Amino acid sequence: MGTTAAVSLNRTTTVRPAASRWWAGGLNGSDKLWATAFVLPYIAVFLLFVVYPVGYGIYLGSDPASYTALFNDPIYAETVLNTLIFLAVGVNVKLFLALLLSGFFMRPQRWVKWLLLVFILPWAVPAIPTFISYRWMLNSQWGLINNILWNLFQMDGPPWLDQPQLAMASNIVAYIWKWLPFWTLIFLAGRMAVPKELYESADIDGATGIQRFVHVTFPIMSNLYVVCTLLSTIWTLGDYNSVHFVSGGGPALQTHVLATLGIRDAFELSDPRMGMAAVISALPLLIPLVIFLMRKLSKGEVQL
Amino acid sequence: MTTSVRRSKHRPGDIGAVLLGIVLLIWTLAPLYNMVLVAVQEKEDVFSTNVWPPHPSAHAFTTVFTEGYWYLANYWRQMGNSFFIGIMVAVLTLAIGSGASFAITRMKIRLGWLLTNAALLTYVIPASFLAIPFYRIMKTYGLADNAWAVIAVEVTFATPYAIFIFSQYSASIPLELDEAARIDGASPGQIFFRIFLPLMAPALVAIGTYALLLAWNEYLYAFLLLSSDSTITVPVALGKFLNSDEAPWNYLMAAAIVYALPPLVIYYSFRRYMTAGLTMGGVKG
Repeated sequence: MGTTAAVSLNRTTTVRPAASRWWAGGLNGSDKLWATAFVLPYIAVFLLFVVYPVGYGIYLGSDPASYTALFNDPIYAETVLNTLIFLAVGVNVKLFLALLLSGFFMRPQRWVKWLLLVFILPWAVPAIPTFISYRWMLNSQWGLINNILWNLFQMDGPPWLDQPQLAMASNIVAYIWKWLPFWTLIFLAGRMAVPKELYESADIDGATGIQRFVHVTFPIMSNLYVVCTLLSTIWTLGDYNSVHFVSGGGPALQTHVLATLGIRDAFELSDPRMGMAAVISALPLLIPLVIFLMRKLSKGEVQL
Repeated sequence: MTTSVRRSKHRPGDIGAVLLGIVLLIWTLAPLYNMVLVAVQEKEDVFSTNVWPPHPSAHAFTTVFTEGYWYLANYWRQMGNSFFIGIMVAVLTLAIGSGASFAITRMKIRLGWLLTNAALLTYVIPASFLAIPFYRIMKTYGLADNAWAVIAVEVTFATPYAIFIFSQYSASIPLELDEAARIDGASPGQIFFRIFLPLMAPALVAIGTYALLLAWNEYLYAFLLLSSDSTITVPVALGKFLNSDEAPWNYLMAAAIVYALPPLVIYYSFRRYMTAGLTMGGVKG
């Protein structure tokens, strides 16, 4: 558990050859029964609730007609663009801020430790209440943000959720608010794993703060950073809640992302094939990310 | 706050750090303050330019506790549903995950690598991408509007992470213990219950908490798979509230705050277990 935590893929579990089995002579009859009993529930879950839904999803999404319908839907192109913006801005800004903040939280002062306890609140509080709170806070007439603007400057704030660009930006801000603490903790744990001697020798060589970061912290953290970027991109691609509860895809369906559009097509328009087509159209982006991530992890450079 | 800063020599960076701290505090607390602000006001005052409650009252909270509004009529039933689903997901995830990782890492079954990769693959599928087929499949399985449908889905998405963490943690337990027990004639089942599980306790607590919170926070699947007022979970009820024509925001926020408290208590009391290399909990939301 040297560094932190994402996928603790333990290499010994994957490559240990059968010869080094600890039960000398292999598993005998009753051992085999036990082993079967231990793994059977997981195999059942995997077949019933992973293999079957994936297969069924591919089947639902295999109708070319639903792709024609999807690509002719004027909302679709906008949705793809929104998804890319959401990923590019949301994930990168969030992770870069998390990396910087993890350095701030390394400070030894006691008040910084207390601040960290408060700072992780957005992660500890369930998502739905806070996203609903964002929605109300951004209400152009009675929301807290515009009320503050009114009380301080006697000005009418912008219609946050009634204007597509602002609504998309609101989604991204709410998303960053929710997930920033979690990734900060990941990087914080990563930084704590950096041997102190490296910093001491850098100090002896007279390195400045920025030099320390560029030459010591970043080279050691870079693998972790790349894996976190991949993992976060994959999960963000499937993020339904931030967009659904903050902007709701509005105004006029202009702030949907693929995850929310798929659900809308399938359940509001009662067209599951088209919804599945929207989801599957994200695979050209998802699959390379997954392959790249699996490679990174199996090389064992990052023991998450 | 400033005293400890003053003690550690006036460095120019410290003032910057305090300023950053204040910004972080406002950034973190603003949406949470907004929830409280709305919840302690009367309905008429919510629709105002107040940034501070003029006459704070607990009226909305008592309404939630007594279910005194038609939208809240099943609130405690729905809390119960959330608890039931959360506990079941935690128990099943622990049982299935610990069994599988015992077979993989301790008994070293031949197909262990296959199971590990299956779990890794499940881990990187965005959960919402399978919502559409799951909706149909649960109807085929006869589990429409049934809590077990949601439990099954959440166990599916929580188990891979459990298997990773257990496998990793199990590497820190010496295999000699199993060997010694084996020589004394213990069966794999005895080794599992008497040696493996007790030594895995910290990892079990961490994963149990992770699975419980995952289920408690989950919205999309509960929304799609449950439909009647008596079966839905609290987040689904909050979402329905939001879609009603005339949402009483103070009740909504009070209900949301009550719903947010149990995970906060659990989170902060198990923080120790959640952070020691197990920080990944609660990512899939």
